[in-house]
Amino acid sequence: MHISVQNEFFDFSKEVETFSSKLDNIGALVTFTGIVRGEKSKTLDYMLIEHYPGMTETQIKLIVEETFKRWKICDALVIHRYGKLEPGEPIMMVATASQHRKEAFEAAEYLMDYLKSRAPFWKKEVLNGEGNWVKAGSGDEAALRRWS
Amino acid sequence: MIDLIYFSWIRERIGKSSESIETGASTVIELIEELKKKDVRYSEVFSDLGSFRVAINQELTNFDAPITEAKEIAFFPPMTGG
Repeated sequence: MHISVQNEFFDFSKEVETFSSKLDNIGALVTFTGIVRGEKSKTLDYMLIEHYPGMTETQIKLIVEETFKRWKICDALVIHRYGKLEPGEPIMMVATASQHRKEAFEAAEYLMDYLKSRAPFWKKEVLNGEGNWVKAGSGDEAALRRWS
Repeated sequence: MIDLIYFSWIRERIGKSSESIETGASTVIELIEELKKKDVRYSEVFSDLGSFRVAINQELTNFDAPITEAKEIAFFPPMTGG
């Protein structure tokens, strides 16, 4: 299990390489990277992500531990950034490794659904000097219910 | 003393990120009612219980939860991670 809550930029291909190099005998590796939209369309100047230090790390750890309980996975990686992010920059990523693809895909989806609405992050989109807090999607809670 | 912590638009509208308070409230909802009487900013922010969440000692909980063991209570809108 590798969890990082950080302000710094990360290179997802390097992260995947480091993550997978430590694994042995895996048959499937699934990764997801969330990226700040609006790079070419200029619909966003930048994104600000606020989080709850302490609770963020604890919540992510609990979510990852639950993922390990539910699926037979070999390892999992979660990186989530906070602070000021420019369009085109990575916000977060997850990676899951298992022997078979079904477990890796499902575990990654589960991680994403829970990180979205149970990890204490709040996004603010800034355009022309005006900031708007991103509202949680109406489907976010429904997405969690499918796992219960 | 209990530390109250605010995030996102709640922090912005209350105008501070945290404060320490003394309270006679025994549950979260009682605390919210107490805060609402204090100042119009609180009554506006906490007017719709569906629009925010609460965590006691960094653990997500509900509005009926007792606050007798609380050191830190955080109020924030639904999370938007990922």
